[in-house]
Amino acid sequence: MAERIGNSTVRLLSRPSVLAAASAVGKMEHEGPLASSFEIFCNDEFWGETTFEKAEVAMQKAALAAAIDGAGVTADAVEAVFAGDLLNQCTATSFAMRDLGLPLAGLYGACSTFALSLGLAALAVESGGFHCTMGSASSHFCTAERQYRQPLEYGGQRSQAAQRTATAAGAAVIGCSAQYRPHVDCFAIGRVRDLGIKDASNMGAAMAPAAAQTIEYFLRDTGTKPGDYGMILTGDLGSTGSELLLEVLRTEAGLDLSAVHADCGCLLFDAARQDVHSGGSGAGCSAAVVCSHILKRLQNGELPNVLFVGTGALLSPTTTLQGETVPGIAHAVLLTAG
Amino acid sequence: MTAQEYQQMVHSRTPHSPLAKDCLMAFLFGGGISCFGQVLRVLYERTGLAEADAKLAVSVTLIALTAVLTATGAFAKIARVAGAGTAVPITGFANSVVSPAVEFNAEGRVLGTAAKMFSLAGPVIVYGCGAAALYGLILFLTGAA
Repeated sequence: MAERIGNSTVRLLSRPSVLAAASAVGKMEHEGPLASSFEIFCNDEFWGETTFEKAEVAMQKAALAAAIDGAGVTADAVEAVFAGDLLNQCTATSFAMRDLGLPLAGLYGACSTFALSLGLAALAVESGGFHCTMGSASSHFCTAERQYRQPLEYGGQRSQAAQRTATAAGAAVIGCSAQYRPHVDCFAIGRVRDLGIKDASNMGAAMAPAAAQTIEYFLRDTGTKPGDYGMILTGDLGSTGSELLLEVLRTEAGLDLSAVHADCGCLLFDAARQDVHSGGSGAGCSAAVVCSHILKRLQNGELPNVLFVGTGALLSPTTTLQGETVPGIAHAVLLTAG
Repeated sequence: MTAQEYQQMVHSRTPHSPLAKDCLMAFLFGGGISCFGQVLRVLYERTGLAEADAKLAVSVTLIALTAVLTATGAFAKIARVAGAGTAVPITGFANSVVSPAVEFNAEGRVLGTAAKMFSLAGPVIVYGCGAAALYGLILFLTGAA
């Protein structure tokens, strides 16, 4: 049975494990620094389909199928999938599950979705009512652009603080087995925080205060300090949001995260070489980075533990047009190797 | 931390666009397109077109070229460097019509392509026509027309 510690955090005493995970990415993501970590990639932005929306479904299905395969279980053994994406009504996820026939709990947490799905999947296993669950999230540059911004062929310049939505999906199978690692040891559901950012192209700035709050609460609840973690990984603040996170934490809580902080949006792309401005974003960005690069580093002993803090900007095109500010959210999941 | 304090922090930490480079590129590309238009006009006039017709033919040519470059994806790549240089001339307007038309083809020819075609250009047409009507009214009332 899970134990509540402090105001915001839950410790999972049965220590659910990641049995297997897989990620699928697009061409530009595969040209980035983490290329060798990803299990599946496709140079065709349509993934052999006729629309970008179908492409995202195909990509998410590929990641889910590879993760199920990697765990050595059958699809029938998966008792619940906690998953989401960025599209209206989360259709990439529900259409993927329509084809795969998996039991779905659909989630929307913008770019924080994967942290939320991973935490809830582990919590379900911890409850004892589920033996095998999955967490998954996806995003596609082309589906996100046409929904949130301008048509792809529109000729305009992007803000320097803007991030590029990753074409990526990640899926992880969670179960209770001591021989598999990493373990999901703690989970904290974040609170929505809004410090009045109105610029929808500067989402890193909108999300950084929520990330700072979640990290501060988590460290306080668990009685730990930044140095106790091999990595505190946000996803995805980009370079602008990361700088702001460090400064907010210094100012508000007197915490210095600079030695252990990394951001999925900064890891996925090489900003000096690839035209991504502040870095990557999108629900699939942190999903793919965690399911491939980070899990491998935890499994091979390079990292003892990772505090993964998924961050989301909870805006919609309608709220932006109506002049609303951009609320942020951040959920924390502690992954431990040993 | 208050919202005001945070917004000051964001303002100082957010990278700004390279203004001098953007202006230079806009000048070079915008000027280049305008010069190209002038060359076209001279050529059309040499073929025997009257001045008004030659001007119209220049606009039509630039719109057609933009439509092709937009559909092939080349326009967006050029515009990323050129900025206002491609947005301000008639090329920008043509791109804003063609790009949603291409993009929303997946939602059907009627409610996709046709309905979304003016989603970006619509405001330009509405306020452009409004401003023209207002200007005409002023000229009419002042007796200048």
